[in-house]
Amino acid sequence: MSLKSEVDIRGVSIRFGSVKVLEQLDLKIAPSEFLVLLGPSGCGKSTLLNAIAGLIDVSDGEIHIGGRNVTWDEPKDRGIAMVFQSYALYPRMSVRKNLSFGLEVAGTPRAEIDQRVGEAAAMLRLTELLDRKPAALSGGQRQRVAIGRALVRKAGVYLFDEPLSNLDAQLRAELRVEIKRLHARLGATMIYVTHDQIEALTLADRIAVMQGGVIQQLDTPRKIYREPVNRFVASFVGSPAMNFLPGRLESGEEPVFVTGEHRLEISDYAFLGAPKTCSATLGIRPEHVRAGATAGPGAITATVEMVEPMGADTLVWCRLANGTPVSLRHEADARLAPGDTLPVSFPADAISLFDDATGNRL
Amino acid sequence: MSGVVAASTTLPSGAGGAPGRGPRPRRMTPARWGIYAFLLITALFFLLPLYVMIATSLKTMDEVRMGNIIALPVNLTLEPWIKAWSSACTGLNCNGIRVGFFNSVKILLPSVFVSIIIGSLTGYALSFWRVRGATLLFAAMMSVAFIPYQIFIYPLVRVFAFLGLGQSLLTIVIVHTIFGLPTMTLLFRNYFASLPAELFKAARVDGAGFYQIYWRIMMPMATPMIVVAIILQVTGIWNDFILGLVFAGRENLPMTVQLNNIVNTTQGERAYNVDMAATMLTALLPLVVYFGSGRWFVRGIAAGAVKG
Repeated sequence: MSLKSEVDIRGVSIRFGSVKVLEQLDLKIAPSEFLVLLGPSGCGKSTLLNAIAGLIDVSDGEIHIGGRNVTWDEPKDRGIAMVFQSYALYPRMSVRKNLSFGLEVAGTPRAEIDQRVGEAAAMLRLTELLDRKPAALSGGQRQRVAIGRALVRKAGVYLFDEPLSNLDAQLRAELRVEIKRLHARLGATMIYVTHDQIEALTLADRIAVMQGGVIQQLDTPRKIYREPVNRFVASFVGSPAMNFLPGRLESGEEPVFVTGEHRLEISDYAFLGAPKTCSATLGIRPEHVRAGATAGPGAITATVEMVEPMGADTLVWCRLANGTPVSLRHEADARLAPGDTLPVSFPADAISLFDDATGNRL
Repeated sequence: MSGVVAASTTLPSGAGGAPGRGPRPRRMTPARWGIYAFLLITALFFLLPLYVMIATSLKTMDEVRMGNIIALPVNLTLEPWIKAWSSACTGLNCNGIRVGFFNSVKILLPSVFVSIIIGSLTGYALSFWRVRGATLLFAAMMSVAFIPYQIFIYPLVRVFAFLGLGQSLLTIVIVHTIFGLPTMTLLFRNYFASLPAELFKAARVDGAGFYQIYWRIMMPMATPMIVVAIILQVTGIWNDFILGLVFAGRENLPMTVQLNNIVNTTQGERAYNVDMAATMLTALLPLVVYFGSGRWFVRGIAAGAVKG
C-alpha cells in the first residue's frame, strides 16, 4: 500500500430505511490531497466519511481507494486510518497500548511496532506520556494520541471526523496547525469532516461544501470564499456572514442592480452567463464593503447601529435607508458610535449576484 | 412548625458572624428527627429476625425450651453450629449441611461463569453489531423474563429427558444459564449502549474482530458491570431452591434443599438451635457477598452514567 492513495467515490447512495442520506454522489480525491467535507450537521458529510471507512454499508455505488475497489471490504482492509471526534481511545490501555493495538492485532513483529510507535510519539510529542492512561491526559493530548493511533497504521488515506470539535478554541487552533504541518510532512491523502469553516478554509486544498446529501461546490478555499456558486455556500462560508441585499438585476447596455431607491452600477462584475433582468440578491463580504472616505462617489448612506471591536479590526453593524442590514469591517481605531452615518459602497469586482428563482450565482 | 424552623435557623447564623456567609448551618428540624426515628425503628424491625436467629443458634436446647426468644444466650455454645455443619440428619444421612454446601459451590461456580460470559456476549452483540432482528430478539427475551419460571419447569424436564441429560450437574448449569440470560443480557446491553459508538468503530478500523473487541476492549471496560453481574448471579443461584431440586439430581442437591430437609426432618423434639445455625450457614454466602461488595454494587449501577 503506497502512502498516498487516491480515493474515488462513484455514484454512492446511502439510505437508512426510507431516509435518503446520499444520492448518487461522485467525488474524486487526488493522491496527497487534503480534502475537507464542510456542511451543517445532518448534511451527510460524516455518513460519507464512515462509508469511505467501511463503517457504514453503501446502498449503491462503488468506493475505490488506491485504485482498488473496496466497496465490500472490511475497514481494516481498506488502507485507511481514522481519527474520531470523541477521541475514542481505549480507556483501559496505556497510550503505548492504544498506539500499538492495531499493529498487534495485525500481527506486526514486535520490533517494528516499537519503532513505529516511537516515531509517531516523537512526531506528536507524546513520548513522555506513553505510559499514562487516557484518563490522565488533557483533551488536546488525547486527540494527539488519537492522531498518533492513526499515524502508526501508515495508511494510504487518513480520515478525520470533526477531530477538533471537542476542544476549546485555543487548543483547536494549535492542533489545526499541527494537522496542517503533519499533512505537509507526510504528504498523505487526508479527508477531513468539519462544520467549522475556519478549519475548512485554513486546512483544505479543496473544500466540498455539502447540504442535504449533495455537494454544492467543490473547489479551492479561495474560490469557495470569493465565488460561491449559490446562496447556501455564500451564507454558510465566512464569519461574520456575507451581507445580502435584495433587489433586481436590470440588464441593459450597462447592467444595474436596483435595491430600494439605489441603483448600483455593476459593469465590473464577471457574469457567468449573459446578464438578464430578474429578481436577484447582491452578496458582499463585510471586509469588501468600502466605507467612509474610501467609499467614493455614488456611495449609499448607512446608519451605524452597533460597533464590535475585534482587536485587529472593528465590525460595524449598519442599516441602509431602506432597512437592509449591512455589516462591514473597519479599521480598529475608527471612532464610530451608534447613530453615526457612514457612506458605504459595494465594489462590483468583489460582489456575488444570485438569481432569486434558483439561488444560483449569476 | 414554620416558627420552630425559623427559631432553629437563627441560632447558628447568629453565632457565626455575618448571616449568609461560610458553610450553610445544618438544621435539625422536628421533621428530620421524625425521619431518623422512623429509619432507626425500621432498621431494628428488620434486624430483629436476624438477632433471634443468631441468639437461638448460640443457645443450648435447655435455654431454647424456656421460650424466651429475645433473651441473650446465657451459656454461649457453638455446639449447634458444629452439629448443623457436620452431623445434622436429612432423612437417613447424618452428614450435616456441608454436603449441600459443596454441592452448591459446584453448581454456583460454572453457572455464574457461563451465564455472565454468555449474557455479556449477547449484550455486546446486541448493542454494537447490527444483528438482523436484534430489537425483536431483545424484546422477546425481555418479555420472557416476566413469565414466572415455574411455567417452564415441566417443559424443560421433558426437553432434558429427550436430550438424554436428565438430572445432572450439567443440566442445572444449563438451566441457571438460561434463566440468567435475560437479566445478564439487559445489564450488559445497557452498559455497552452507554459507551460511545466511536470506540467500537475505532477498534474496527484498528482491525480487531468480533471476539477481539469483546475480550480486549469491551470486557475490561465492563468491570463494574461484571461485579454487579457476579453479585446478582451468586445470590440468585445460591438462593435457588426449586430448580436445584428438580434439575440437579439426587447427588447434587444444593444447600437450600439440604436445609429444607434438615429443618423438616423431625425425630422427637425440634432442634431449633441447630435449625437456626443451619439456616445461618446457608445464608452466610449471600450475606458476605452483599457486605463485601456493597460499594462495588452502587458503583456498578451508577457506572452507566459515566463515560470511559
